[in-house]
Amino acid sequence: MANKSDDILEEYSSKEYEYGFVTNIEMEIAPKGLSEETIHYISAKKQEPQWLLDWRLKGYHSFLKAEDPHWQNFDLPKVDFQGISYYAAPKSSAKFKSIDEVDPELIATFEKLGIPLSEQKILAGVAVDAVFDSVSVATTFKATLKEHGIIFSSISEAVKEHPELVQKYLGSVVPHSDNIYASLNSAVFSDGSFVYIPKGVRCPMELSTYFRINTENTGQFERTLIIADEGSYVSYLEGCTAPKRDENQLHAAVVELIAMENAEIKYSTVQNWYPGDKEGNGGIYNFVTKRGVCRGANAKISWTQVETGSAITWKYPSVILQGDNSSGEFYSVAVTKGKQIADTGTKMHHIGKNTKSRIISKGISAGEGQNSYRGLVQVGTRADNARNFTQCDSLLIGDRCGAHTFPYIESKNSTATIEHEATTSKIGEDQIFYLNQRGIDTEKAVALIVNGYAKEVLNQLPMEFAVEAQKLLSISLEGSVG
Amino acid sequence: MLLNIKNLQAKVEDKQILKGVNLQVNAGEVHAIMGPNGSGKSSLASVLAGRENFEVTGGKVLFDDKDLLEFSPEDRAREGLFLAFQYPVEIPGVSNINFLRTALNEIRAYHNQPTLESKEFLRLTRENQKLVEFDAKLTNRSLNEGFSGGEKKRNEIFQLAMLNPKLSILDETDSGLDIDALRIVANGVNKLRSDKNAFIVITHYQRLLDYIVPDFVHVLYDGRIVKSGTRELALELEEKGYDWIKEPVTSASI
Repeated sequence: MANKSDDILEEYSSKEYEYGFVTNIEMEIAPKGLSEETIHYISAKKQEPQWLLDWRLKGYHSFLKAEDPHWQNFDLPKVDFQGISYYAAPKSSAKFKSIDEVDPELIATFEKLGIPLSEQKILAGVAVDAVFDSVSVATTFKATLKEHGIIFSSISEAVKEHPELVQKYLGSVVPHSDNIYASLNSAVFSDGSFVYIPKGVRCPMELSTYFRINTENTGQFERTLIIADEGSYVSYLEGCTAPKRDENQLHAAVVELIAMENAEIKYSTVQNWYPGDKEGNGGIYNFVTKRGVCRGANAKISWTQVETGSAITWKYPSVILQGDNSSGEFYSVAVTKGKQIADTGTKMHHIGKNTKSRIISKGISAGEGQNSYRGLVQVGTRADNARNFTQCDSLLIGDRCGAHTFPYIESKNSTATIEHEATTSKIGEDQIFYLNQRGIDTEKAVALIVNGYAKEVLNQLPMEFAVEAQKLLSISLEGSVG
Repeated sequence: MLLNIKNLQAKVEDKQILKGVNLQVNAGEVHAIMGPNGSGKSSLASVLAGRENFEVTGGKVLFDDKDLLEFSPEDRAREGLFLAFQYPVEIPGVSNINFLRTALNEIRAYHNQPTLESKEFLRLTRENQKLVEFDAKLTNRSLNEGFSGGEKKRNEIFQLAMLNPKLSILDETDSGLDIDALRIVANGVNKLRSDKNAFIVITHYQRLLDYIVPDFVHVLYDGRIVKSGTRELALELEEKGYDWIKEPVTSASI
């Protein structure tokens, strides 16, 4: 009986990664290694103003001084920072005036990934910024958004066209000295998305960025900056994939969100970086710093993440609840199978009065996957009547995986209400057999059970992406019975 | 013949549970299987449905002239074998209706039938809800989650109605039911009875058989069917208990 289960487990955990192809396109790649010169090189390539170069250099010096964190629940692999190339761009790319100028090979790549870049073909109501290795190749629906005064462009473009906004907010939520990977990102960030929603504007469509790492031995260090001015609303989604490679590739992104008074930002991620093979070779190290600040009263920031890829995922999308009555939410599904590791969760810093936060974390572990929830709820002295609700659930599939929960609570205000619930469950043979007995095969049975388990989080995603995420969960977790 | 069980033997881990069961069931018939606790009644149901931890060590089972034991559990279901569980499991977050639609369409796909349209599926759902007196509210809840014992059993009968199997095995469906729930469940089954399908009703007590009247009654004891008869046998068992059945077997085995 154990043997049969193992077979099924084997079969499903060896499921191929669908997005592992490589695009053959002529690239301009910076020499490997990191030094002041590298930073000058990147900055010059991007024809950046002096202030940005200076800021990058500060990031670099913070990086040199920073030490590796030591509290995570996995052995931090030695990252050879000198073995990485910090800039890679398709040769023809300097700047695209319209989608017609983009290399057809690149368009084909994104089509293959299900991300059509021509505006006619695109999913109704979703504007996309596509980032290939270090540069943004296309941003759709720009004109429509412009009518509303919304700026949605690559960050390089924003540096040129709206330097005052970028200079004001870049690093204002995640400083260049925040942590070693944020410092590295500040020094070498290549591209990413920039969003500005003016006062009182409700963004009429979902904004989306799609990140693709293609070139060997490169890292991807994108930087995303979203500013929602007073009374505005935006929903933003990021997706990511990478080819299969034997060696590990580093992805160290930084995302900063700023919500002013009465503004709302909803940020969703469907992360499907290459997780490595069955033996744990290759795969992406996904070391990302994501943080939002509710600057004004009644502001709201909501993070939703579906994490199915990467060899190691290490990130804690956080919210600083500065404005009174502001609220922060974190909804997460993290899947680990094979030898994948995820150490993820959130930080909610309650500073203003009557601030609220809600954390729903669903971990799913299969194969030899290790899944940790790590979260911090912090209530400051001024944060009267702060409320937090945390629910962390773990689902285990098989008997070789692990689930861990590390909730930290620090309250300096006696009026705060903090609730924490946690459960651990296993997909039972009984559940599988029950579904089998109704004519549903094991693969579909697990997909049903897992999607049911993650429903509360999936429901937070925009419609089209919820469907995608459901499929992704089914594909990455098929079977794995224990 | 719909089901033909020949000398079926099975074990769990190292324990021999079925020691040569013979049983023939034709379409249109209702068979009751009775017997004391631990005699192998539920094991027989599990073996027929293909539960993984039971190992068949001998014998043959023909279902519609096909070798049932060669099929995976899901294919047995698709071939038209339905097991109403004694302890239906809860599956949080999976709505009853979504589960049923998946099940129904999987079975249809197996028979090369197209996916049922939403409208048609809803019509079928409403019709069957009424037929087996199943609360519409429960249809949209998570599968069995937070259902009472009676609601779970009624959900089994509702599923049975929806999937319309050739052979239904009710595994102690009456256990834990009060008399009203028992009547509702039995009524449902009676309405679903036809000359095209058959039922095997596993029960400990004759009470259920007042409502679902069987054509044949079998007594399973120590992994074998030791006595078969008509309805009267159930009444006799009710009156005398199981001890008089046990004796001849025990003496025969000495």
